[in-house]
Amino acid sequence: MNDALWRPGANRDALLARQQLMQQIRTFFASHQVLEVETPIWGQTPVSDPNIEPVAVAGGGYLHTSPEYAMKRLLCAGSGDIFQVCKVFRQGEAGRRHNPEFSMLEWYRVGWNHHHLMVEVAELSRILLGQPDLPVVVLTYREALQRYTSLDMATSDDSSVQAVGMQLAGQDLQLDRDGWLDVILSHLVEPALPRDALVFLHDFPASQAALAKVRSTSHGLVAERFELFFNGSELANGYHELTDAEEQRRRFERECNGRPLDEALLEAMATAGLPDCAGVAMGLDRILMYRLGVETIADVLSFDATRA
Amino acid sequence: MANYSTNEFKSGLKVMLDGEPCSILDNEYVKPGKGQAFNRVKLRNLRNGRVWERTFKSGESLEGADVMEHDMEYLYTDGEFWHFMLTDGSFEQHPASEEALGETIKWLKEQDVYVVTLYNGAVLTVAAPNFVELEVTETDPGLKGDTAQGGSKPATLQTGAVVRVPLFINIGEVLRIDTRTGEYVSRA
Repeated sequence: MNDALWRPGANRDALLARQQLMQQIRTFFASHQVLEVETPIWGQTPVSDPNIEPVAVAGGGYLHTSPEYAMKRLLCAGSGDIFQVCKVFRQGEAGRRHNPEFSMLEWYRVGWNHHHLMVEVAELSRILLGQPDLPVVVLTYREALQRYTSLDMATSDDSSVQAVGMQLAGQDLQLDRDGWLDVILSHLVEPALPRDALVFLHDFPASQAALAKVRSTSHGLVAERFELFFNGSELANGYHELTDAEEQRRRFERECNGRPLDEALLEAMATAGLPDCAGVAMGLDRILMYRLGVETIADVLSFDATRA
Repeated sequence: MANYSTNEFKSGLKVMLDGEPCSILDNEYVKPGKGQAFNRVKLRNLRNGRVWERTFKSGESLEGADVMEHDMEYLYTDGEFWHFMLTDGSFEQHPASEEALGETIKWLKEQDVYVVTLYNGAVLTVAAPNFVELEVTETDPGLKGDTAQGGSKPATLQTGAVVRVPLFINIGEVLRIDTRTGEYVSRA
């Protein structure tokens, strides 16, 4: 392999696969009457998610980390079902399966819940992965932990969660319960999930709700959020979207770490209102990695961050 | 020494972990969904060769380890230390303890060149070349004509190491030995 830095990481087959992927996405949504939209890559306010670091721009403002807030404003304005394919930017996310700039497909279905959307995510994933017969496995977060660990989300206390996490990490990382759950999910559960199947985890801990609705169950509160895993990596993250503007503001304030809030979104939700809907974001570069059978994200990008 | 952040961890970087000098073997960035980012790191403890797996929060850092590898010629032993000399013409000498030599002590021959790892200026480990040539000092008499296969016998080499050799080998012959397996390869 020639490592000269001017050369692309993706070969011509990979470039062609990306073109075909884009065509399949547009064909799929056109046939489902979902409107394609574009929203700004640059915005005045940053994402509020505490674990996602936006890229601040020298002249002010931020590059978006997902088109979620702007697309929700379109939904509030009455757009109906919409989708978008765009580049998003997340500072510091670099590795075998991460590049700080990557391609995201995001779409929203009005009047749907997350279960309905999971069915469509599976349908499109089969097309994009080129594997029309992939089976679907649906597990709650609690079921997945019960299956692959000694923990039960309903009854395990923080110290038993921490004990399992510390065993996996090899040291005390000084994390809270959700932090240790992240260790357990990424180190133990994800690698153990069934292979060659579209595996959906749903009903996340309410503390990891992000922008999803929270529901009360017999074993406590859960978030109506799902993630799609395929052969050990995460491909998509979806929500039955939170529509309560007051609750949205509380969550932003709790999570923003002093970053300014997206008041435009909050105003849209408080005045016009976000229609009941489900939305999902999918990482397209990872789909291409599976489609092409390559091990590193740099192989599907014309120029990854080290060459850009 | 400088500190290195998880995003600078790459194979071969020498860092301190739990007070031990380590070499990074592998570094994988993992980030579950909306969750916290981690780096799963494999490190080799340079003192004892053990491989450790540790997870760090992304952005954490480790202190660099003052570890350098040098080619050095083995000179002599005074019974307590084994003395090596840099091959760069500086004639600088470094004593190695028996602990630092480990298994390599079986393959030490004067004037041969070894890879010596220095940690804070002192010898941490000594690695033998993959192949060494050593003279047989003791073995049963050779069987004439038995140059094909069949049978082996122990032979003591000039360093004191004992290896299995074919029956036709005699005292005084120089043999090529694979230090990784401790096995006879051929006559030198």
